[in-house]
Amino acid sequence: MQFSWWKERERSLRTSIRSFLTAAWLGWQIESNWTDPFLFAVYSIIKPVAGAAILVVMYGIITQGAFDSPLFAYIYLGNAFYIYVGSVMTGVSWAVIDDREHYKTLKYIYVAPIHAPSYMVGRGVARFLTGTIAVLVTITAGVLFLNLQLDLAAVNWPMFLTALALGVVMLANLGLLLAGVTLMIAHHVWFIGDAVAGALYLFSGAIFPLEVLPNWLRPIGFAMPLTYWLELLRRSMVGHVAASFPTLSKVTDGQLFAILIGLTIIFGLMAILVFRWGEHQARERGLLDMVTNY
Amino acid sequence: MSEIPAIQTEALTRVYKIRGGKKSDPKELVALKDVNIQVSRSELFGLLGPNGAGKTTLIKVLTTLLAPTAGRACVAGFDVTKEPHEIRARINMVSGGESSGYGLLTVRENLWMFSQFYGIPSKEANRRIKELLEVVGLGDRINTKSSDLSSGLRQKMNIVRGFMTSPEVLFLDEPTLGLDVGAARDVRRFIREWMGESRDRTILLTTHYMVEAEQLCDRVAIINEGRVLACDTPAALKHQLQEAAIFQLQVSPLDGVPPETFEHIRGVRHFTYSPQDGFATLEFILEEEDVLAAVVNQLTAHDIHLQNLEKREPSLEDVFVHLVGMSMEEVERGESN
Repeated sequence: MQFSWWKERERSLRTSIRSFLTAAWLGWQIESNWTDPFLFAVYSIIKPVAGAAILVVMYGIITQGAFDSPLFAYIYLGNAFYIYVGSVMTGVSWAVIDDREHYKTLKYIYVAPIHAPSYMVGRGVARFLTGTIAVLVTITAGVLFLNLQLDLAAVNWPMFLTALALGVVMLANLGLLLAGVTLMIAHHVWFIGDAVAGALYLFSGAIFPLEVLPNWLRPIGFAMPLTYWLELLRRSMVGHVAASFPTLSKVTDGQLFAILIGLTIIFGLMAILVFRWGEHQARERGLLDMVTNY
Repeated sequence: MSEIPAIQTEALTRVYKIRGGKKSDPKELVALKDVNIQVSRSELFGLLGPNGAGKTTLIKVLTTLLAPTAGRACVAGFDVTKEPHEIRARINMVSGGESSGYGLLTVRENLWMFSQFYGIPSKEANRRIKELLEVVGLGDRINTKSSDLSSGLRQKMNIVRGFMTSPEVLFLDEPTLGLDVGAARDVRRFIREWMGESRDRTILLTTHYMVEAEQLCDRVAIINEGRVLACDTPAALKHQLQEAAIFQLQVSPLDGVPPETFEHIRGVRHFTYSPQDGFATLEFILEEEDVLAAVVNQLTAHDIHLQNLEKREPSLEDVFVHLVGMSMEEVERGESN
């Protein structure tokens, strides 16, 4: 009896790994092949830099060019790392739309013996890689052209890498949650990823401290793992600057990690539940292979 | 101990809820109603019916893509609702008339990727891909991006995707839809050969092509409006019409004579009328041969000249007409009796 349980677990693990790796390969093929390398590079540079430039211009007008202020590094780095939210979280959920509407393969994938959550997360891996390029380009542009105060020798690399890895897991969980919702909705899902990423931008402390929000909206920010993740990344890179902002100044690094891990687990469990519920609903309502041609 | 059927359904029912406008209540569409079928292992079983009859819905339920509303369905001995993972490891599916696939990937990459979902080692997968692509005449396109393939060639690629995993039960949903005559013939030949290679293979094939069902299937279920009307071997189904006489008449144009005139002749079970350039074709299913005399009398009375007369053996189309009261074409056009 116990032997068969272990055998079943082993088979399940093998299916998950296989689904993840194959999906990661597919995701990379799609991300890296949609255009020629030159255009791909241009897109990877121009899009993030343009996004940062809009913010910088707005900041410059409002603060009358106070680029030496600690607020600038706070905003700039928050905005740069927020690129991961758009790429990883939206990338995972976008796989549902892409496979169902564009490639019309979702039904064949669901007929195959895959582990669907692993497949969806695997599809987000490539977006993480392209997102990393965008983040690097954005930060480099900030240092070279906008006097972003970043001393690589002073960066707490172990803290940074740990926070980054945790953040990727957390974002994949959020992506899976969104994928579950996407499975349940056949119509009007095209912009759901961007809409959610845009809404979270305001509540995660990416570009301004949570104190700027009205009192009744702040709990949303404190309940979001993104808030603690961005704080950890900023502290690891420009600790002295991050410390000058009130939101989480009384929380230690260890506490931040503990909160982030806790919320990642909670959102991970929620993601699995919502995704399974989404699958169930999609199967009940015949949405797994529905092509809307919107 | 009796062998477990490859496919078994018991009172299988599927109802779609279709949302209306904001104020109207959702409508219900019964896609499958109390469907009972049993397909043995190594059988090539056909589902024959017009578009909208419920064939694709049945395949979706059996492939675990769609939940049944009521009743039960098992594939390879596993319940579609309770054990979908067990089923998916043993099945595959091909749908005709669509252009699915990752256009950025080559034919080989598309197929290799799906083989990985089934845990087929890369070397073995590549061997099977090459072999099957040769069989369907796509061998020279192995490194072509699938976006560069015509819809017919892309369908062939999908056919390879379905067969490549050597499933215990393969679901083919209108596999030759959209293919040219030669390609459809090749696919039918390949299906027969594939089934002949092993006794452990079962195919459920849906089609609305009578010839396809007659040529390929060991048994056929005729389905319309979600109900299975008859299920037997093609020969046994046609045997139902043994007493009937089927005639095809080529006549001069009817020139204003209402076609219903012939439908109302006593002994005419079914009648179809197809006007053509300079002549018309009338097809009759008669209760017995003697009724033909009354038909010819009517033609003479309306000054319609008989140009050609042919008696033919009953086909599955005639069986469908006998069961439903309309041809498949008429059903698809939404005509009533």
